[in-house]
Amino acid sequence: MRIYLNGQSRQCAAETSVAVLLAETGYAGRRVAVEVNREIVPRSRHAQHTLHEDDHVEIVHAIGGG
Amino acid sequence: MNAQLQSTATTSIPDPLVIAGRPFRSRLLTGTGKFKDLDETRRATDAAGSEIVTFAVRRMNLGQNPGEPNLLDALPPEHFTLLPNTAGCHSAEEALRTCRLARELLDGHSLVKLEVIGDQKTLFPDVIKTLEAAEVLVKDGFDVMVYTTDDPLLAKRFEEIGCAAVMPLAAPIGSGLGIQNRYTILEIVENAKIPVIVDAGVGTASDAALAMELGCDGVLMNTAIAHAKDPVLMAHAMKCAIEAGRAAFRAGRIPRRRYASASSPIDGMIA
Repeated sequence: MRIYLNGQSRQCAAETSVAVLLAETGYAGRRVAVEVNREIVPRSRHAQHTLHEDDHVEIVHAIGGG
Repeated sequence: MNAQLQSTATTSIPDPLVIAGRPFRSRLLTGTGKFKDLDETRRATDAAGSEIVTFAVRRMNLGQNPGEPNLLDALPPEHFTLLPNTAGCHSAEEALRTCRLARELLDGHSLVKLEVIGDQKTLFPDVIKTLEAAEVLVKDGFDVMVYTTDDPLLAKRFEEIGCAAVMPLAAPIGSGLGIQNRYTILEIVENAKIPVIVDAGVGTASDAALAMELGCDGVLMNTAIAHAKDPVLMAHAMKCAIEAGRAAFRAGRIPRRRYASASSPIDGMIA
């Protein structure tokens, strides 16, 4: 199925969880925050939360700023 | 303010900076942008002795070195109070979204720096939108430290809606011009019941010392340190300036007078 990850179209298996997506992109265990369709998915729910066709996923992190 | 924390603060840390009930030893808050690399960021932060450090929330660059250390590895939230900013947000909705992501990133930590920029040339805040955003964030449970212009009435308004600290600019962000209107800063300080942190526009150590001598509770800076020829040494200079300025404020300066006042006694002269 197709999802939008950080604004870019991406293919992933049906019923992919947020945890699996993080593992596939190399961010498992990293200090990131995840939002699906503008709703926060708390870290404790990454494994249960499954993605659906056309979901908009954002993975953000901390960078230098003032 | 949490009375228990406040009392802990006053007993364990001399002259603490208390923000949203939490005591801090350092009155110098530093940004993490514009440094050469994360190593320099950490060394400058250590030299500044800052406990509260600001950062921005951004999308991951997908596929680009996911194993690379990131800011939170260099400045772990276990050792520093990480202060997410809303830089780049232009509305209350965007600011709320960014702050919620930051809260998730920091496992529920609620202290945020709100900034809603209104003009790209001066980077002055859009104070109308900032006010709207502050109300939304306070209602959502955030402890809001708000970046604003040096307007005394506006500062009071931010206090009334429940902000944790008000952060008037000294001069435009990154300009290094120092405090442009010490009277408005003084007016804000004298009327505030929440901490006043000068944020933005500091150029060198004397600017920071002046802010503290005026009675500000702290100073937040980034460019003045990060773009100095020697950022780590400038961070140290700023630490000294903040401490000196604070001590001078507490000590109480002498009044200015037009003519001299002899320091040696006039009586007992031999001739």
